[in-house]
Amino acid sequence: MSIATDQARVIEGVKAEQWVRIYRRMVMIRQFEEQVNELYTRALMPGLAHLYMGEEAVAVGICEALRQTDYITSTHRGHGHCLAKGASPDRMFAELLGKEAGYCRGKGGSMHIADPATGNLGANAIVGGSAGIATGAALSSKRLGTGQVTVCFFGEGALGQGVLYEVMNLAALWKLPVIYVCENNLYNEYTHYSETTAGDMLARGAAFGVHAESVDGQDVRVVYATAERLVERARRGEGPALLVCNTYRYHGHHVGDINREYYRSKQEEQEWKTKRDPIKNFAEWMIQQKISDAAALEQMQKEVRAEMKAAVEFAIAAPYPKPEEAEQDVYA
Amino acid sequence: MPEMAVRELTFAHAVREALAEEMRRDSRVCIFGEDVAEAGTPFKVLSGLVEEFGRERVLDTPISEAGFTGMGVGAAMTGLRPVVDIMFGDFLTLTMDQLVNQAAKVHYMSGGTWKVPMVLRTTLGATRRSAAQHSQSLHAWLSHVPGLKVAMPSTPYDAKGLLKTAIRDDNPVVFFEDKMMYKLKGPVPEQEYTIPFGVADMKREGEDITIVATSSMVQVALGAAECLEKIGVSAEVIDPRTTWPLDEKTLVESAKKTSRAIVVDEGYGRYGVTGEIASVIAEGAFYSLDAPVKRMGAMHVPIPFSPPLEDVTVPTEQTVFEAARAMCGKG
Ligand SMILES: Cc1ncc(C[n+]2csc(CCOP(=O)(O)OP(=O)(O)O)c2C)c(N)n1
Ligand SMILES: [Mg+2]
Repeated sequence: MSIATDQARVIEGVKAEQWVRIYRRMVMIRQFEEQVNELYTRALMPGLAHLYMGEEAVAVGICEALRQTDYITSTHRGHGHCLAKGASPDRMFAELLGKEAGYCRGKGGSMHIADPATGNLGANAIVGGSAGIATGAALSSKRLGTGQVTVCFFGEGALGQGVLYEVMNLAALWKLPVIYVCENNLYNEYTHYSETTAGDMLARGAAFGVHAESVDGQDVRVVYATAERLVERARRGEGPALLVCNTYRYHGHHVGDINREYYRSKQEEQEWKTKRDPIKNFAEWMIQQKISDAAALEQMQKEVRAEMKAAVEFAIAAPYPKPEEAEQDVYA
Repeated sequence: MPEMAVRELTFAHAVREALAEEMRRDSRVCIFGEDVAEAGTPFKVLSGLVEEFGRERVLDTPISEAGFTGMGVGAAMTGLRPVVDIMFGDFLTLTMDQLVNQAAKVHYMSGGTWKVPMVLRTTLGATRRSAAQHSQSLHAWLSHVPGLKVAMPSTPYDAKGLLKTAIRDDNPVVFFEDKMMYKLKGPVPEQEYTIPFGVADMKREGEDITIVATSSMVQVALGAAECLEKIGVSAEVIDPRTTWPLDEKTLVESAKKTSRAIVVDEGYGRYGVTGEIASVIAEGAFYSLDAPVKRMGAMHVPIPFSPPLEDVTVPTEQTVFEAARAMCGKG
């Protein structure tokens, strides 16, 4: 894995324990999603879920550069963003199962996790639906002088939504502290992005004077180093940025999307999984740099797995909300 | 009617067959939407159409609902007959300017010169555990707008016949399909047929009470009617099939005959389809009614994800049965 010099400088400054924390977060997301897949397969989860496996380095690299008080908005494929921003797995699983202990008291489910304590303004099931919210949050931070930065996560499919360009224009005009993080995992549902996206993605931001760049979204070091720079830039009042992270989702569009050879080959999936896995490659690098060793990482995997299992057990045992709850919280 | 060969088809298959037949009949008919080609939509409603008609006529779009719905309007004005696919009815919000300010008004504002022969197919319905942004039934919004027609099929037979009519109509038609119904099977004749708009269908004949039900609620009403029969209440189930044009006459006549009416629709009750139909009945059958017309719709909340919460937000066989029983003094 090779990286540019300015990124190398940021990376050099990172302490071993921070790399270990980053690794642990990525493993946590991977194993969280494995449990979700299993819950679905065992018919224990209502509805569907869109798994984040394969894209862990994006959420973790970006959120590592954020403070707890910074804001994020997330998407239908949002478990990774929420966990990376600090959500706890037990309340996440509880939400996925529609239980009262969940982050939204069971009302939101997989696609709508929200958590003020970690600055999570909410996951959104409307593609591009959070672009306005994120940019509005950035307007608040600027107006109130809080120094907070907002990250708007979205898939490359959201580049099709006009609202994104309306708010990017505003963010540039008003120099708002917002970073548009486009997770390009190559597919809008079942259609390759090349069939839906004309021209150059970065040029779309650049046209508004929004600082735009792209990174290898499978390399958490690079994602983190870039995010660190863009977040600081936004915090200094230098305005919005568009960051395209090139990545890949390992599973189907959602858990029920099993037969997908009509839109992408098994070979393509295999290549991403074996050659570009963000967790495996990062582990190798950590071992090579003597930040950690194979046994310690293995041990950490075990611990995280046990933690996720316990969180699932908690959620399964947790009670459902009472039917009367349906009418609560329509108005503030 | 001549003897017809009849098969059992799913609702999804009936929709697909209507599209395929109309596309064979008229080369101007084309489809656009997200994942409509090889994927055949997430519900697999359109599977096989791109193979037969090619990518010139079955077009995968970016996730740009406002843009491609607007293009549907323009293409319809200028020689195509587009069938625009909006994956979930919840995404209608993104198309509203194109539908309401453009499609609905072009004919009138141009003094009757331009026409918009476009169909917009979309879905409605809760109980799929899809939460608040994938479960709404927003057909009342469109039914409110002069210039739009709104079709709400409740069986495979109706889906096919109404969709063929929609495609041949020279006006913009919004066509709502209940997601939960795609796998429902029902008889569909092999021979060509269409179903006219504005003609209600008596889904079941009865004497004691009229249950007017739309789309997803028709099966619910029929289930309730069966339970009612067991306690000696004979319910008539009327399906308006289109909320606009609305067959006021059939609704009023049924209510006059039975003297009681309940209106069941999966949209919100307030300012909704049930209110409109109830007032049509109240105005037209006032002197024959033994009780105020009752409305049943979705609870006035965003549809919650959690199953025990979601299940209480929409009318069910049980709640319709109980309402009818109480109304007939059998409770
Ligand atoms: C406005 C809107 N249109 C369509 C959909 C249906 N839909 C859900 S996810 C999706 C694809 C999104 O692709 P992308 O933004 O690249 O995110 P990914 O799933 O790849 O993470 C679509 C079309 C939606 N939720 N919202
Ligand atoms: Mg994508």
